[in-house]
Amino acid sequence: MTDGPLLKVEDLRVYFDTEDGVVHAVDGVSYSVDTGKTLGIVGESGSGKTVSSLTTLGLTRLQGATVTGRIHFEGRDLVGLPDRELRRLRGNDIAMIFQDPLSSLHPFYKVGHQLVEAIRTHRNVSKSAARKRAIDLLELVGIPDPQRRADEYPHEFSGGMRQRAMIAMALSNEPKLLIADEPTTALDVTVQAQILALLQDLQDRLGMAIIIITHDLGVVAEITDEICVMYSGRIVERASTDQIFDAPEHPYTWGLLKSIPRLDRPRNEDLVPIAGRPPSLIMRPSGCFFHPRCPYVQKRHRTVDPELAPVPDDSHHQVACLLDSSVRRKIWNGLQAGRDPTSLRELAGPGLPSRAPAVAAPIASGTRPGGLRAP
Amino acid sequence: MLRYIIRRLLWVIVLLIIVSMVTFVIFYAFPSADPAVLRAGRSPSPALIAHIRHTLGLDQPIYVQYWRYLENIILHFNFGYSYQFSLPVTKLIFQRLPATISLTVGAVVVWLLVGLPVGMISAIRRRTVLDRATMTATLVAISAPVYWLGLMSLLLVSNDIGVVHIFDGAGTYTGLTADPGRWFGSLILPWLVLATAFAAFYARLLRSNLIETMSEDYIRTARAKGLPEREVILRHGVRSAITPIVTVLGIDIGTLLGGAVLTEYVFNIPGVGRLAYEGIINADLPVIQGTVLFGAFFIVIANLIVDVAYAFLDPRVRY
Repeated sequence: MTDGPLLKVEDLRVYFDTEDGVVHAVDGVSYSVDTGKTLGIVGESGSGKTVSSLTTLGLTRLQGATVTGRIHFEGRDLVGLPDRELRRLRGNDIAMIFQDPLSSLHPFYKVGHQLVEAIRTHRNVSKSAARKRAIDLLELVGIPDPQRRADEYPHEFSGGMRQRAMIAMALSNEPKLLIADEPTTALDVTVQAQILALLQDLQDRLGMAIIIITHDLGVVAEITDEICVMYSGRIVERASTDQIFDAPEHPYTWGLLKSIPRLDRPRNEDLVPIAGRPPSLIMRPSGCFFHPRCPYVQKRHRTVDPELAPVPDDSHHQVACLLDSSVRRKIWNGLQAGRDPTSLRELAGPGLPSRAPAVAAPIASGTRPGGLRAP
Repeated sequence: MLRYIIRRLLWVIVLLIIVSMVTFVIFYAFPSADPAVLRAGRSPSPALIAHIRHTLGLDQPIYVQYWRYLENIILHFNFGYSYQFSLPVTKLIFQRLPATISLTVGAVVVWLLVGLPVGMISAIRRRTVLDRATMTATLVAISAPVYWLGLMSLLLVSNDIGVVHIFDGAGTYTGLTADPGRWFGSLILPWLVLATAFAAFYARLLRSNLIETMSEDYIRTARAKGLPEREVILRHGVRSAITPIVTVLGIDIGTLLGGAVLTEYVFNIPGVGRLAYEGIINADLPVIQGTVLFGAFFIVIANLIVDVAYAFLDPRVRY
């Protein structure tokens, strides 16, 4: 094994050539994760977070994607590796779990059978040995009475148990890297916490690296070491988890943080949704991709494309934003104090001369998204 | 499960009674010909016709006729006597059944052997020239009526009137037990003709099912496991995509066992379908009733078998 990170993605670009045009699903993304560490990739749907991880497994090729850049795994570049060799890594060194465990498990095969298949794909063991291991794995992920549960079908499992079974399947061959794509999104809130705790516990015991992909910053807060915030196929901010929560620098990250309810904030504080919708990945905005939705947009932002660059006093904290770092910190302090983005806009500069930026009116006081009255 | 089957079987009886009633009513509401006149020979006297009508029980009110008919079936398993053959309808049907079964089973084998692989390859090679070509061909095959296809094939390749003399043509059907070789030879053409539309339909059905299945999340999981693509397609994709086809297959077999009227007619195969046709032409009510009931019976039983089989194919289905 070579020194350096277990997985190092460099300038990864994934394009899909469709009838409507080229979809820039992933557009120059770099990140890395070390053994035993957890990386969070956060972004809205369509930000390219899932595509980038599927590409790691070589699974976007089948859909006719054009992939450039480098994906170093244990020193080997996976981009351009023949499918036969990638297949040996899939489910073996790199395993993946998905958002909806019910649709991700084959409805017609017993759970035990699906685990046995995962084991025997990579290991030359007898069926009975594989079954024994499958039952051990089910026990490892906390499924009670695994002997019996192995002979049940996925639809006979509860949501949380299904995701545990998926995790057990992913662990079949002791992967060095586990990619969890929205592992808790389809689950009840109480079960979410259990699954995250399970992942962390398994990481402590097995020492694998984990990449968690999610749209929900709240999910990754507890268990990640580092977070990449993705927007429109690019990373807009990359920092340690603490930095992302304590001193975020990108307006999009602020938006994500301000749109999740937090117990440590006053109960009557308004949630601030991010205005607008994610941009099309075919016809992308000019300049900073986030500018059509950014409350602090300036004229220059419509033409200049910001690069991901370290913030002044922290080389590990990178952000792609054209606002000055000192301005960003002032705005964040204002947001922390509970002020709404509109009132902080002048801190950024004169704004756009021609028309007001596409900012949704702040939600009427006391009303939360979804029309629910605040308690 | 057992309760479900029993309940369904009771429904079968109700359904068959309704079918027989409808057939009766249709026969009297839209008479094709007067059975008594047909049996009376050339220029019969009215007295003779009246006599025949009385012998056949046709002078009774329709509800009395129907009641007798039902009574005979329930008490004696007697479906009446054919007017034209003067033989019990059950005997006629059982005589004709082997030919229909031969035709059906052979055609099913042909269309599955052709349709399923074609559908699978089309789905995997989706949007390629091969896919588009086969899908166009299947559309043509589905659109071609069996009687046209049958007559064309006779004109082209039958060994009597055909341009190229390859296969036995119409009118040479031989029983399997009489001469297996001739049986096979005489059925090749009917099998191919009958199977054409079905093969095309099944190819299209499997193709669309498989394309849909291959975009399922569990297919992605199978790939993420590192399974070779061949196994992903066969064990995970086809396994799911084939289940709806089993349903259709069951019902198609049921329908065909009730008589493939057109194919049997074109190739002069003495099957149940041809019997039904002869019954209609000769206003032979007991034969019409018998063949219709018999066909309906096969269809509802096939439906039942399919539904029960589904519970085994898809573990999520429970009754």
